[in-house]
Amino acid sequence: MSRLKPQKEYEKTGAFHFFRWLSGSKDPYLGEVEMKPQKEVEITEATIIERMNEKQMIRDKVYDVKHNRQLLFFDRIYVASAILFCVILVGLLLYTVSYLPKTGNPTNPDNNEVSERYIESGLQETGALNIVSGMILTYRAFDTFGETNVLFIATCCVMVLLMVDDAILKKQEVKNDRRYEPKNDAILQGTAFVLCPIIFIFGIYVILNGHLSPGGGFSGGAILGAGLILYVSAFGFKKTQRFFNEHIYKIAKITALCMYGIIGSYFYILGANGIENHIPLGTPGHILSGGIILPIDICVGLEVACTMYAFYALFRRGGL
Amino acid sequence: MDFVQNFPAISILLCLFAGIISSGLKSKAAKYVNTALIIVVAVLSACTLFYVLNTGEAFVYVMGKFPAPWGNEIRAGVLEAFMALFFCIIMLLSMFGGRKKLVDEVEESKTFLYYVLTNLLLSSLLALVYTNDLFTAYVFVEINTISACGLIMIRQNGRTIEAAARYMIMSLLGSGLLLMGICMLYDLTGHLLMSNIKEQVTIIASSGEYGIPLLVTIALMSVGLAIKSALFPFHAWLPDAYGYSTVSSAAILSSLVSKGYIFLLIKIIYRVIGFDIFGASEIIDVLFIFGLMGMIFGSLSAIKENDVRRMIAFSSVAQIGYIYMGIGMGTQDGMAASVFHILSHAATKSLLFIAAIGLTDVSAGSRKFIDLTGAAYRNKWAGVAFTVGSLSMVGVPLFSGFISKLLFAQAAVQVNGKMLPALIVLGISTILNAIYFMKTVIRIYTPIETDQYSSITFKNMKLYAVTLVCFIVLNVILGVSSQPIVDLIGQGLAMFS
Repeated sequence: MSRLKPQKEYEKTGAFHFFRWLSGSKDPYLGEVEMKPQKEVEITEATIIERMNEKQMIRDKVYDVKHNRQLLFFDRIYVASAILFCVILVGLLLYTVSYLPKTGNPTNPDNNEVSERYIESGLQETGALNIVSGMILTYRAFDTFGETNVLFIATCCVMVLLMVDDAILKKQEVKNDRRYEPKNDAILQGTAFVLCPIIFIFGIYVILNGHLSPGGGFSGGAILGAGLILYVSAFGFKKTQRFFNEHIYKIAKITALCMYGIIGSYFYILGANGIENHIPLGTPGHILSGGIILPIDICVGLEVACTMYAFYALFRRGGL
Repeated sequence: MDFVQNFPAISILLCLFAGIISSGLKSKAAKYVNTALIIVVAVLSACTLFYVLNTGEAFVYVMGKFPAPWGNEIRAGVLEAFMALFFCIIMLLSMFGGRKKLVDEVEESKTFLYYVLTNLLLSSLLALVYTNDLFTAYVFVEINTISACGLIMIRQNGRTIEAAARYMIMSLLGSGLLLMGICMLYDLTGHLLMSNIKEQVTIIASSGEYGIPLLVTIALMSVGLAIKSALFPFHAWLPDAYGYSTVSSAAILSSLVSKGYIFLLIKIIYRVIGFDIFGASEIIDVLFIFGLMGMIFGSLSAIKENDVRRMIAFSSVAQIGYIYMGIGMGTQDGMAASVFHILSHAATKSLLFIAAIGLTDVSAGSRKFIDLTGAAYRNKWAGVAFTVGSLSMVGVPLFSGFISKLLFAQAAVQVNGKMLPALIVLGISTILNAIYFMKTVIRIYTPIETDQYSSITFKNMKLYAVTLVCFIVLNVILGVSSQPIVDLIGQGLAMFS
């Protein structure tokens, strides 16, 4: 093979790197990636005995099995009675289901004026091509506001349980964060570099098209949250905190929920008092249509993304 | 439409907003927001109550511009508005009573979460009280469950985490059964709105077509809510959850959370299934029997208990038994007695929990009976309050517990077949109540010659003492001038159907 370039210049080109990688003479990841094999858990006699002792101690100390006759009796019959109870319940429910109206029968009680109006005039009344979105965010908007608050309160509870506030403990948690994983995993980083933007854009697309196609705030928010989690596991918390730290998390969460609440309250109270609200429904099918559905979807999406990410961060190191 | 009709919806939304905003505030600000919120909601509920009393009929409020079977709806009658007002008062007093203790029991940096959880709990209670839609009820039952779990485990020690896990499992089982019931009901009727379901259920029941599914639906919903409100065989989660959580949490959980579910059950009985159809089903007898068993076994467990807070918790099992016995009688009078007992138990049990914490604090934090000897001399206010609470629980005239027992007995006399067991068990349960409560009262008033415990005076616990006085006054009001309240309950129940 004749070469036009001298050897030194050739070594700088991409073709050289590619052919070197192809021939396998150099692994680009070798030496670049921090390899950290996981420690095998040693199972020796001592650890087994220790574990058994611990188990016994919990039984003795917490439940006081030796002195508590009731508990001992309960222990014995527990499994049998649980199985028996479940079998009876399953049988009872199956028996009941056989008496329920048959699925798909046009004369069933649930094929009534409620679903008729949702399907027939849902498009005109809500302006949403996606009838499900129209139903949960317009007809039954109050329920969905409640659902969003369920997510919010779930994060609060996880915070109660897992948030680490003690300064020393917090430092330790941050230090231990990479105990089991290599730092700057090049494979993960390379993949995340390609995937994260796509996931973010797809999540935003799903949120913004909630009223036009399947999707909406909940699913789009989950996709966004997954993207954030991928980003943070590839690049670490330090880099993530440049654009998403506890402060921004709080602002985003509170703003999203408050916006949802304000839009919702405006809609409920005006609607209940018989006042026409001034949210245009737009032309069905356009991106700016559907009245309150689009802004609410955005709020719900933000809240769900925040929740997903907060769960991950709290479980991983007890703080955002 | 009058402006006052907006108040129920506004109070629910205000609570949700307050919860959301508190999550970004510092503890102190969150505390003020919480107090202000409860007061505002109480005022709004009082306005609603006066409005409904004046017009003499309940009103429905459409959440959004789409009317009933398509949109969400809430409904306010006399009983709903009164319950909302009462819940707010109890919650305010419970929060005040446990405020000082909260500093010791909850980490400083997590205190604001306590107020977030309380605000959302209040919103869910209001929604359970006001809702006219079964699915809205389910959504807020979820909020209620999760926030109650948070309230239990925010005091971080091993027992509360275990109690919270146990509570969560049992409570989610209850939610699951309730959800199954709602699904089946939807399948049978095609509606989620209470009034529409009732129309359809009446048609179904008269045609007799779906007899078995309807019965199972009633059973699932009753049992689901019974698990959540700790009726006797399902009460395993209760003693730990009430016994080890912070004092405000224990007071709120025992007097409000379980009562919210019972109120929802009463609402379902009247407004979804129909009182007569529910009364004709066998489920009502099951609730009656479980109630009777709870009255006895709850008291027996309380007698065996050596820990004063767990004893009060077990006493709740007995009191919940009373309420279900009243529901199980299947008469209007029984139901009215149950509703009155909801009020009286809420006022008394939170008083007892808050008084008990004052007594244990002056006994070096020990909750064992032997250490409580003479505690009433060391903390006089808590001693008096505990005595009042005990007397009310036992059913001594002048206090609220007497009236509810009287109402139960009067209701029982009119029921054929259930009169004898109800009266006998009522008598036995009263004696058992007296045994363990009087035992405690005598114990705390037994003089003891030792200086190993510190005593506390009014100066160091102004807010606490004032709260106790408010609770005592509330109890005496319920006990002395019960007739207007009983009339109000009767009027409210009549408005239900």
